[in-house]
Amino acid sequence: MNTQAITPNAKPELVCPAGTPAALRAAVDSGADAVYCGLANETNARNFAGLNFTPDLLEQGIAYARGRGTKVLLAVNSFATAPRTQLWFDAVDTAARLGVDAVIVADIGVASYAAEHHPQLRLHLSVQAGASSPEAIRYYCSEFNVKRVVLPRILTVTEIAAIHREIPCEIEAFVFGNIGMMSEGRCSLTNYVTGTSTNMDGVCSPANAVHYMDLPDGSKTAGLGDFEIDCFAAGEHAGYPTICKGRYLSPVRKEPYYAFEEPVSLNLSSLLPDLIAAGVTALKIEGRQRSRSYVQAVVSAYRRAVDDIAAGRWHDLSGLVALTEGGKETQGAFQTKKWR
Amino acid sequence: MAEENLKGLMLPVVIGKLLAPLPLFPLQFILSRMVRGIAQRRPEFFARLGSHIDSSYAIDVTELPFVLLLKPNPRNPELTAHRRPDKVASDASIAGPFMELFKVLDGRGDSDAMFFSGNLKVSGNTEAAVCLRYALDDLEGSVIEDLLHMGGPALMPAHLLLQRLRRLEMQA
Repeated sequence: MNTQAITPNAKPELVCPAGTPAALRAAVDSGADAVYCGLANETNARNFAGLNFTPDLLEQGIAYARGRGTKVLLAVNSFATAPRTQLWFDAVDTAARLGVDAVIVADIGVASYAAEHHPQLRLHLSVQAGASSPEAIRYYCSEFNVKRVVLPRILTVTEIAAIHREIPCEIEAFVFGNIGMMSEGRCSLTNYVTGTSTNMDGVCSPANAVHYMDLPDGSKTAGLGDFEIDCFAAGEHAGYPTICKGRYLSPVRKEPYYAFEEPVSLNLSSLLPDLIAAGVTALKIEGRQRSRSYVQAVVSAYRRAVDDIAAGRWHDLSGLVALTEGGKETQGAFQTKKWR
Repeated sequence: MAEENLKGLMLPVVIGKLLAPLPLFPLQFILSRMVRGIAQRRPEFFARLGSHIDSSYAIDVTELPFVLLLKPNPRNPELTAHRRPDKVASDASIAGPFMELFKVLDGRGDSDAMFFSGNLKVSGNTEAAVCLRYALDDLEGSVIEDLLHMGGPALMPAHLLLQRLRRLEMQA
């Protein structure tokens, strides 16, 4: 492992999730350089009932974070569809009025609105935009003055380094948390089953379509809409049912199997020095839907790891496996394209 | 350590057995005061529930001889106890061991992790349950401490019990 100290200006920003004001304060207090949040509506990709911020709560959160030197980013990263586009434009206006440090956008129309009406507002390109080539990223930079791209989780570290050399903006990479389908911003599985779109309504597996059933033998089924997504044996860790991580029956297999993805969490702790060397400016932790104790634990651990790397010290994040989905972790495509 | 773990597991059972023969009427009065007090002290909890202030939640603490029913409408919040095995109609039901639910209300529990590990069971309207989880998770500090402070010096023994439960929970 590379344990050489990095220069202070190369120390990456730690970008952390906040689904509630309490989680925001937990992230800030645990050492986040920036927190990202969403408004309580369809304008962001974690639109769950009971989650997110009203403009007033966001304003209070910004004040708390600013007072402690932490930036606040607002995710407006679902896709604005006619005739509802005003909701997304209002979210951008709110972000500008409250003075967030950046807005994370995915939709070209929303990016265009922000660039035209709020040219001073810093724009980050969401992972939901699925921009994974230098050409696509340069387009967003030149047309909308995007300052940072959040790369889809389909690239190896080597590919990230190559992209870094060809684009004029910063790179943000996910380092921990849920790892979704290899078609970010283009997945319609939940739409097929529930009629609610991840990309346009901001919610994958809406909770009102989720149902669990405990069976007499101690096992548990998890369903979404009319479909049974998984069945967990007694004592087996159960997950929130998303179609992409369900276990399915197939006539050509003896046992149910994960047809799309396995319920594992991304954990790039051992690749952090390589990511930094590849030119990654910001390290992103996923999990706005997770609890504040999760946020506190993950952010604290990554804060120590980034500081250790910056100082040339060895870092250990092995304890985080307890917070991963199903107790399993992966380096995903960052290590190899053949990760499944 | 093993002895302390056993005490941690047994104490809620003992509390449950002590409560079993008691009439529910005085408990209903205490529960009603508790939920109204929380509505006054923690209005943000009810705001985060959104439309689910009109949902009802059965809270089934495994060791207790009754099931709690929460109706969190801030205009008229209700928390009532119902004898087992009476059927309690609710929109969502959350069931689990005393110590797990204690940790959640004491501001130190990760209800996500508890559910995924099977320690908490959720049935009925999942959205209502998830919404309640977010509302609880957004409450900083201990709801239990809030309740005890509302009771004043008369609840000093309960403060001691709280400290004892925390020690047992941390050792478990």
